[in-house]
Parts: sequence; C-alpha cells; structure tokens
Amino acid sequence: MIVGVPRALLYYVYYPLWRRFFAELGVGCILSPPTNEAIMNSGARAVVDEACAPVKIAMGHVLALAPEVDYVLVPRFVSVEPRTYICPKLMGLPDMIRQSGQKTPPLLAPDIDMSKGYFGLARALMDTSRCLEKGLWSTVRSFHHSLAEMRRIKHKLIAGQTPEEAFHGTSRRRKPGRRLRIAVLGHPYNVYDPLLSMNIVDRLRAQGIDVITAEMLPLEHISLGLSQLRKKLFWSLSKMVLGAGLYFVNHAAEVDGIILLSSFGCGLESLVADLLERHARRQEFPFMQLTVDEHSGEAGLITRLEAFVETVEGRILNARNLSPHGDHEFRHAGTP
Amino acid sequence: MRVTFPHMGTMSFAMQALLENLRLQVVPPPPITNRTLMLGAKYSPECVCLPFKVNIGNFIEAIELGADTVVMGGGIGPCRFGYYAELQQEILQDLGMRVNMIVLEPPQGANGGLWSRISKLSVGQSLWHVAAASYFAWHLCKGLDGVLQSLDLLRARETVPGSCDRIWNAAQKSIGQARTYRALRRAEKEIRHEIATLSLHLHKRPLRIGLVGEIYMLLEPKVNLHLAERLGYLGVEVHRSMSVSDWVARHLVPNPRARMHTRKVHEAAKPYLRGFVGGHGLETIGESVLFAEGGIDGIIQVLPLTCMPEIVAQSLLPSISQRYGVPIITLVLDEHAGEAGLQTRLEAFVDMVGARRVHRGGGVSCAK
Repeated sequence: MIVGVPRALLYYVYYPLWRRFFAELGVGCILSPPTNEAIMNSGARAVVDEACAPVKIAMGHVLALAPEVDYVLVPRFVSVEPRTYICPKLMGLPDMIRQSGQKTPPLLAPDIDMSKGYFGLARALMDTSRCLEKGLWSTVRSFHHSLAEMRRIKHKLIAGQTPEEAFHGTSRRRKPGRRLRIAVLGHPYNVYDPLLSMNIVDRLRAQGIDVITAEMLPLEHISLGLSQLRKKLFWSLSKMVLGAGLYFVNHAAEVDGIILLSSFGCGLESLVADLLERHARRQEFPFMQLTVDEHSGEAGLITRLEAFVETVEGRILNARNLSPHGDHEFRHAGTP
Repeated sequence: MRVTFPHMGTMSFAMQALLENLRLQVVPPPPITNRTLMLGAKYSPECVCLPFKVNIGNFIEAIELGADTVVMGGGIGPCRFGYYAELQQEILQDLGMRVNMIVLEPPQGANGGLWSRISKLSVGQSLWHVAAASYFAWHLCKGLDGVLQSLDLLRARETVPGSCDRIWNAAQKSIGQARTYRALRRAEKEIRHEIATLSLHLHKRPLRIGLVGEIYMLLEPKVNLHLAERLGYLGVEVHRSMSVSDWVARHLVPNPRARMHTRKVHEAAKPYLRGFVGGHGLETIGESVLFAEGGIDGIIQVLPLTCMPEIVAQSLLPSISQRYGVPIITLVLDEHAGEAGLQTRLEAFVDMVGARRVHRGGGVSCAK
C-alpha cells in the first residue's frame, strides 16, 4: 500500500512526523514533486476562484499524486492546540477535494482536533490505523517515534535551516550573511513554497542576507511576542507569524527588517498583517508586506525586495545622519 | 457615556432599545451610506471582509456625532469576526479617536469576564433589570423579523408596487421605536392589520428562492444592495435561512425548538461537510440541502469577498445543485459591488429558474 503526501500546506510543518509514522508502520509513502506551473494550474482549475493560492496548490498536488498512490493524506486539521484553530479553509479541505468533481484516490483524512484537549489526537490515530488496517498498538508506537523525529527536526530549524533543508538533509554550508539579517514571516506554505514565494529565502540568501523565519525561532520567543496582545489569538498559524513579528519589533537588535509574505485573500493574514504593521510603524521598524497569488510576477517581487533591502541598509549606514524628529533631510555619506 | 454600536439589519433596533432601556445615552450610527463604506474601506486593511469595513465606517460616523463608547460583539474563532474588535480598537486609536470599546464575547476568549463588561453598561441597574431589558429587546427583534419575513414572501404578490416597502418603513418607525411592551403590542397589531389588508395578486404562484450565506450580508439590506427587495420586485418569494432573532434563539438562549433546527441543519450538511468550519459555512450547506429537499426553485448564496467559511461552502454547493437539480448562484460582494451588475445577474438567474419551472410542466418539485 502506498500513501501519497502532497507537498503543500502543513507538509512544511508535519512532514517528518508523517514520514516516520508511515515508515514505522511499514506503509510506503511518496511525496509529490515541488510545486511547478503545471501543478498550480491544474489545482487552480479544480477549485473555486475565491479560494486562496495555497489551497489551489494543494489541490494540484493531490491531482499530481493521483495516478501513483492508493491513498492521499489530507488530514482535516481543525486544531493542534487547545482553544485555537488552524484555518476554516483547511478545516473544509478534504470535503472540498471530495466534492470537486475530480478523479482523486481515496483520501486518508483523519480529523485532527485538539481544541478541547490532546485526547482529540487519540481519535485521529484510531481513524488512521483503521483506515490502513494496522493494529492500534503499532500505530501508537509509530506515532511516539514520529514525535521524537519532530523534536529532532525542530533543532535543525532553530539552527537556521528551512523546513525543506531540514526534512531532506539538503542544507549546504553557508557563510553567514554579512549584509543584513531579515525576518521573512508568513504561513509556512507561503514562505517555503518554491513557486508561490518565488524562492524568496534563497533569493535573499544569495545576496548575502541572513534570513530568519518564524519556524527558526524558539517557541519561548514567540510566546514572548504574543504576550503583548490583549486578546489571545485563536489561529495557530497566525500565532507563529504575529508572535515572531512582535518579538522582532520589540527586540530590534535581532533583525534589521521584517518581510511578511501572505497569499491574496488570506483571511487570517488580513487582520494579523495589519496588526503587525501598526506595531512596527509605532516602533519605526522596517516592515514590508508582500501579497502573492497564482498570478504573481517575478519582476515585481524582485524590485520590491531590492528596494526594501536598500532602504534597510541605508537606514543602518546613515542612521546617525537622520534626525530622529525629521528636521533634517537625508545627508549622503561623504558630503560635507 | 454616549454609547454606539454597529448596524446589522434588525439587530440595530433591538440594540438601541436594549441600551436605551438600560437608561444609557445612545448615539445610533447614521444609516449606512456610500460615505460609510468609503470611510470603512479607507481605514481598514485591504483584504479584510466587508462587515469589518462597514463596522469601522459606522463607528467613525457615530464618533463624529459624539459617541465615546462602542459596544461590539466578539468570538473565539475560527471566523475572523472573533478578532474584529481587537484590530478595530487599534485602528480607532491610530486615528486619534478616544473611544472605549466594550466587547461582548464568550468568556474563554478574553481576560475579563463577560459579566464585568456588561456591568460597565449597566451601572446602577440590577441583574433583573438587565435581563428584562434584554428580553424586551428580543421581543422587539422578533416582531421586526416577523414583519420582514412576511414582506419577503408577499412582495412578489403585491398589486401596488412599493406597498410592502411602505409597510416596512412604517414598521421600522412604530415597532422599532417602541420602548414598552404596550407600545410594542399596539405597533405590532397595527402592522399586522396593514399586512392583512394588503391588496395582493392571490392567483399568482411566484418562484421560490432561498437565501443562504454569511449572516451579515444576508441581514444588512444596505450592504447586500437590497437583495431581498430586488428579488421581490422580480416576482420571487424570498426565503431567508436566517434572521437576527433566529440567531439569538440558536446561540444565546436555551430554546429547544431552535436547537432542534440546528441539529437538523447539521445532519443535512453531513454528507457534504464533515464538521463545522467556522462562521456559518456548515449552516449554509445544511440550509441549502433543506431548501432543496423542500422543493425550492433556486438558491442564492451571498458572501463578502474573502470570507473563509463561505468559500468552503461555495465549493461544496455544486454537489448539492447536482444531487437535487436545483440552480444555485453565488454572489460575492464587497464595497465595489455595483447595483447594475447585481441586477443583471439576478434577472438572468430568475429568468433561468422560471424557464426551468415552465419546462417541467409547472411542477414545483426540483428533484431530478
């Protein structure tokens, strides 16, 4: 039996867990190829226009896996921690795929709902083992091992590897970036998707810029950032983004600027990005929001990135020449 | 303390009655106009859903009239509405408006309890008085919703165009402004009498169309461009899946009948959507199935642009349409929605639905 894992959405968070889990159970597991134009287009055709680009890409990956596998893993993620949720669209994703009218293999879609406590996970495990015709005990044991794998991966992430590098061991030795240190925030499926983000992380690294993402930050720092909010956020994905963002804004020595990459029409980001921008503006912290979707052009992204990097650099080089209250114009270094 | 609140269909009247009966000075926001939408769109995040923007417009216009306290709803997700108030507070603060926001929401979401927030509004009043005022507001809301529901059904049959609208305007003035049970009963009696004596085309058998979708877009006529009225004038009997008093009965008060209905809706949605997706996504699916099973001629889903739960529902509706052979159209609206475009689409949809009925030999059943 072969289970296909779409390289989309929460793959960028939970893939090591699934890989180890299926390996321990003795179930074959294959991964769809990195997102390409064909995958995105087939997905965009199969899903309603109003859905966000990540959901369309996920649909494309499911379709790409269809000819090769017996099952496709599309968990119904409701919640991964008490009293928070993932995102309404991800909660409806398995049903959206089933009712899309496309030919897809049967979905392996356990409900992962821990909003009322961690017992929700037990039910998800039972569902999976029943679906794969495996014993409960071996399921629990495999799951235990896969949690250990997740902890191992988290160490790699904190050491500065992106999820793709950490999952597949493709990280190369890099000289630490000399120029700047920039935080790229956003939902993992936006930031790390090679097509949607247009390789923003590699692009910045190639220019000698150190990139840090929310996943590379220890969880304590994220909760430190979140402690500034009056009302607790109820979206796990946004907690990462906003927590990291607020942490950076208030610890200005950590990074030189924040880029928030969001997909068009993202409901969570529409509120969270604005909230973060307001905090950043009050602290006069460099902040840029990039919105991408399936129609994004590369040239526009490159121009905006270059402009942002130069602004941030100029700020560092000439900070002393800038009056804090805006009385004096910018003075070029070298002019008397 | 001069209190204001956001508009939402008949809830505005109930809210105003509630706050006035708590002996507060109330500054109702001016009716929603293009200026409201413009202000809201200007100061809100670009991609946020329309209700947020209209709320911001309402608040700004009410603050201009001297309001200093805003009563707003809240929630605990996963729909965006739960976090509206937090960002709205920041926006008003950045605009330099000194305003105090009282957010009424389930206790898990916030640090302060619900009661401590209510008691800010009910200084010097007993719990009994607050309960009585809320109960009266609920009755007022139920009265208005009842009138609205009758008019939605009758507009297609009226002989003098505009007579239903005239009754609705009268109801807003008489029922909406009642502050005692006595006044409310008298107003309701008058309006009932007017409805009963309305001259109608009794032989007419209008098309029946169900409205489902996001609650705010469904209930606020200024924002959905008077969808129900438009359909009425096209000769359609409108069945709304939800009203403000339904929502209150289903969520806030222990009402067994409403709970039963909720269970029925969830049960009907089950083959299409496995669980709730926030907002009213599950209800949209369930109500559509119930409408289809009841032999409705067509269904219209209305949602604000980027609404997450309704997008899930939207992608499942084609299955229902296919299974029951009922036409379904989705209208996505935001502050740029144009009346002419909407009218054209509605006319086309109603024509198509009508043609289907003719070709079936006049039968109302839509089962395949």
